[in-house]
Formats: sequence, structure tokens, C-alpha cells
Amino acid sequence: MDQFTINLLFVGTSFAIYIGIAIWARAGTTSEFYAAGRGVHPVTNGMATAADWMSAASFLSMAGLIAFVGYDNSAYLMGWTGGYVLLALLLAPYLRKFGKFTVSEFIGDRFYSPTARMVAVLCLIIASITYVIGQMTGVGVAFGRFLEVDSTTGLLIGAVIVFAYAVFGGMKGVTYTQVAQYIVLIFAYTIPAIFISLQLTGNPLPPLGLFGTDTASGEPLLAKLDQIVRDLGFSEYTAHNGDTLNMVLFTLSLMIGTAGLPHVIMRFFTVPKVSDARWSAGWALVFIALLYLTAPAVGAMARLNITQQFWPEGAAGQAVTLEQIESDPAYDWMATWQQTGLLGWEDKNGDGRIQYYNDKSAAMQERATAEGWSGNELTNFNNDILVLANPEIANLPGWVIGLVAAGGLAAALSTAAGLLLAISSAVSHDLIKGQLAPQISEKGELLWARIAMAVSIVVATWLGLNPPGFAAQTVALAFGLAAASIFPALMMGIFTKVNSKGAVAGMLSGFVVTLVYIFLHKGWMFIPDTNSFTDADPLFIGIKSTSFGAVGALVNFGVAFLVSSMTRPIPAEIAELVESVRVPRGAGAAQDH
Amino acid sequence: MAGYTTPSAQAADKSGEAYWKANIRIILISLVIWALCSFGFGIILRPALSGIAVGGTDLGFWFAQQGSILVFLALIFFYAWKMNKLDKEYGVDEE
Repeated sequence: MDQFTINLLFVGTSFAIYIGIAIWARAGTTSEFYAAGRGVHPVTNGMATAADWMSAASFLSMAGLIAFVGYDNSAYLMGWTGGYVLLALLLAPYLRKFGKFTVSEFIGDRFYSPTARMVAVLCLIIASITYVIGQMTGVGVAFGRFLEVDSTTGLLIGAVIVFAYAVFGGMKGVTYTQVAQYIVLIFAYTIPAIFISLQLTGNPLPPLGLFGTDTASGEPLLAKLDQIVRDLGFSEYTAHNGDTLNMVLFTLSLMIGTAGLPHVIMRFFTVPKVSDARWSAGWALVFIALLYLTAPAVGAMARLNITQQFWPEGAAGQAVTLEQIESDPAYDWMATWQQTGLLGWEDKNGDGRIQYYNDKSAAMQERATAEGWSGNELTNFNNDILVLANPEIANLPGWVIGLVAAGGLAAALSTAAGLLLAISSAVSHDLIKGQLAPQISEKGELLWARIAMAVSIVVATWLGLNPPGFAAQTVALAFGLAAASIFPALMMGIFTKVNSKGAVAGMLSGFVVTLVYIFLHKGWMFIPDTNSFTDADPLFIGIKSTSFGAVGALVNFGVAFLVSSMTRPIPAEIAELVESVRVPRGAGAAQDH
Repeated sequence: MAGYTTPSAQAADKSGEAYWKANIRIILISLVIWALCSFGFGIILRPALSGIAVGGTDLGFWFAQQGSILVFLALIFFYAWKMNKLDKEYGVDEE
């Protein structure tokens, strides 16, 4: 059986399972559509949250960004897990006690203001759509590889499937399908990692293998990796090469953003009790940590494997020959990935070899002159392909490659579906029913939910054709927006007596400042070449646009407290509401307006 | 505005205040540990810990890539356990 058939088999079977579950658990009422009728066990909920959470960014993109940057991108690892601490300690139990369906409902009620609710709806729609753009980038890579087409065609096919899939069920369909998706994606991520860790270090546990010994050289794996990349003029893998300020702010933005993204917070509305909401966050992180503890090992080991493939005699010897790339089955992955347009090489100096090195390093330029090289000949290596290409690079059996393709699609689909659900509920429940047409029927509300899904996927696909960065970088921007707007409002709503004017002014200023900062660096509406600054030379004290969310959050808090202190304090019944969300007793089933 | 349930009348009294204070204290301690292990050991204090070797690199690198995640897990489960106990002590748990 050839690889294409195996991939088709794995992806097809996994899809059949998801769709089967979605039909079996099809949502009938609005309560089921949004919150699965609140009958979900914390462990089940944790697993579904993990699938919802771990998107194309975590699955496909993150290990690649770590592999090619090294230590500095640990920010992704700490940021996307550390946010769960904030969620568990500062938000989840209180929002569950409050007992409504959506994040903006809490903001609207707590700040006794339809304006506050609308501002929250607007912020979370823009943040979620940015997030979906990142997913679509990943979907394009995954479908491109698995159908052996270019990534644009892959993206368009993926968009149709995501749409059909998200419209089918609501939260309930999504909850149980997401459990299935989690199982597929975690096996798909860890099995190749175990194989590769065994090959390189003899240790079956990748997180231990990362700090273990490279059996080929007898040196510690990370020391070996540091040395070979240094010899090719790249910066050392374990060294801190960027600046500390950006690394801290970026990590913080990702953490706060995690605790401000509606599709994750919504998960904690679906557990039966307040105490379950606390456990749920812990269980979610257990399931997430399985992938996040494996990811740095995947990154480091893949970087070592790739570098050694291009330099079979070691960094000081001769580079790999074109002939070997074409004839040796160990290099088959290069031809396959070339088709997607995400990998490219060119024998610039015509010596029949492909020299992969950092042509910006002075020491390497010297060596290049001496040996007659004309620049780095691995001309294109899209970081997003690393995880999918990894099992092929390590020469793993065909079924592992098929499994990874299915896992990558599961990750992208589950998150895209969860986000589309959050967007559609914001539009139909908060905007249409909560504001424009309160008398709308349940059926009408569901119809609007589906229309909103359709519109957002079209917008995300269109913007996904020219994404502002790799999947994980685009997603990081969405986190910045959520960090600057939603998280501070929720936290102040629970822990302080900030009033409605303060909250509205805070959310607007935090959000606008961050959005404008991102657009100034990434282009207005992410349209290429409309930016005035770049992240290499940012506008404000060296802070990159991806790290700006934490600053936006600070602006939000500051403005909110200032405005609140100058305006009328909150009414007595709202003070009572704040007191009531602080204690678990009396948390009944959720109620609608 | 209907939709949330008010707690029993005594919730706003002294015991309610003490419960909230105890909660805030646990949150603050947890967040200090949270920040110390990630921003501290993983980033800012990494140079200070560079003398401690861990598998081919140093302790700060381990905290940034693995240690902090393990600490986060421990913190969340500790908080859930501690708070569910506290709820019962102050009689504010769900029946």
C-alpha cells in the first residue's frame, strides 16, 4: 500500500468517527447547543478542553518554532500552559457559579450595561477570528501534504470541511467528538516522538530523552545539538539569544490570553458544579501537558535529525549530494514536501551538493568563500511542516505518518470548530438575542448561529491565504487581543468593585491600543505591505507586536481603575452579585435570560 | 437581571469575609510560586542558576521547557483540593 492510500485510510477513518459522534449527539435545544446541558464530567470535560485548546498552533506549528529558534521560544511552552493556573485560580469557579452561557453575558450583567456586553462581544469576535486564521494556515499545511496538493488548495478544501463539521453539531456534538479528537491527536503526537527518542537516545520517554544522551556520539543530546548548529553558524539551541523583556512579555501575553479566550472559558460553564470547575482546569492541563512536555523533545530531536541529514559526514565534512536526495529513500520526504510549496532547495553553486548553513554568519561566510559555496541552499523550510514531516524524516513506518496526518487535522478541526461555536454564540446569543431582537425564537437563534459561522469561516479563509505569520505566531496575536480586553474585565468583575464606565473604558482602550499596535506591525487587517513598522524594529521600547498583549492588559486595568474611581460606584444589587459569585453555595443549573 | 441566585442571608457576614480572605491568601501564594518558576527560574533568574547542570544544559532551561509545566499542574490540583476543603470548613460548599 502506498503512503497516499495509508494517509487516506487514517484520515478517512478518523473523520468517519467524528462525524458519527456528531450525528449521534446532535444538538436539539439552545442549551445543548451552547453548553451540552451541563452534564459533562470533569475528566471528560478536561479532555475535550485539551482538544479544543490544542490547535494547529500547538500540534503543527509550535515544535517547529522551538526547533528553529531554540530556548527563546520556550515562551510558547510556558505561556500556553501557565494560563491555566490563572484560569483555575482567578476565573473558572466564579464564572461557573455565575451560571450563564457566554463570557459576554457575565460582563454585561456584572457591569450592568448592554454597552459593556457589546464591547466584549466585539473584542472576542475579532480575537477569535484572528485565531481561526491561524488554524486555517495549519489546515492548509495539513491538507496540502495529505492530499499532495499545494497549501492554498489544501486551505480551500479544509475550509469546506471545517464549516460542514462545525455547523453539524453544537457544543454537545463538539464535546464528545473532541474527546475522540484528543485521543487521536495525542497518539499522533507522542508515538512518533517515542520512536525518535528511542532512535536517538534509547529512552522511550521523549521528555527524558531530551535531557538524555545522544547514543551515536555519546554526548548529551542538547550539547551535541548546540555544537552542530553552532558549527553551521546558527545561534546555539539552548542559549538565550533574544531579549529578556520580549520573552517575559510574550510569555505573559500568552498566559493572560489563555485565560481570556472565550472558547476555553466556555468549557467551564459546562461542568455540573463549582468544585468541578476547579478540577476541570487541572484535568485539562494534565491532558495538555502530555503534548507540551513532548513538544520540546520533538523540536530538538527534529532539528538534530534534519541537520545531520544535510551533513551526513558532520558539520565539518561534505554536504549531502543532490544524487543522494533523489535516490536515497531516507530523503523521500523532501520531494513530497516540495509539492506543497513549503520546502525548497537550490544548488546555487552547481557543485551537486546542498549546503545548509547560516549564510549571515561571518565565520560561515569565510568558510563559504574557501569552499566555493554561494549561500544557504536550503532556500525554503516552512517551520509549520516540521511536525508533519518529522516521522518521514526519521524514516518511521507508513502507518505512523498516516496517524500524524490524522492527528494534525484533528487538532486544527477541533479548535476551529470550538472557535466558530464561540463566535456564533456571540453573534446569535449576545448580539441578536441579547440586543437586536430579544423576541427571536430558538430556531431563529440557531439559524443566526449558523450564518455567523459561515461568514467567519469565509473571512478567516480569505485572510488565511496571506497569513501574518506561521500558524502559532498568528494565534499568538489572537492571544494578545484576548489578553488586552477580556481577561482584565473578567478579573476586575470578580475581584474588584470596578463600575460599568470603568470596565467599558478599560476594555476599549486595552483592545484598541493592542489592535492598532498589531496592525502597525503586521499590516492593517493583516494585508501585506500596509505596515509602518516591523517586529525587527518595533515602535515602542523594543516590544514586538506579539508581546504587546500584556501591555494592553496593563492599560486596560489602569484606565478601568482610573475611570471607575472618578465615576459613581456600583449599585447595591451588583455588589450583591459580586458577593454571590465568590461563594460556591447556591450554584444551580444555568439559566437563560 | 434575573438568573443568578443570591446566597443565603449570612453569606455577607464575618464568616463570608474570612472565607474570601483565606481564598485570596491561597491565590497570592500560588501566584508567587507560578511567577517564580516560569518568569523567575525559566527566564530572568536563569543566568543565576546556570551553574546547575541538567542533561547537557542548565536548570533554567529545564524550568523553561518542562519544570514550569509540572509546577503549574501541581498548583492547580493543590488549589482545587485546598479550596474544596475550605468550602466545607466555612459551610459554603454546594450541597
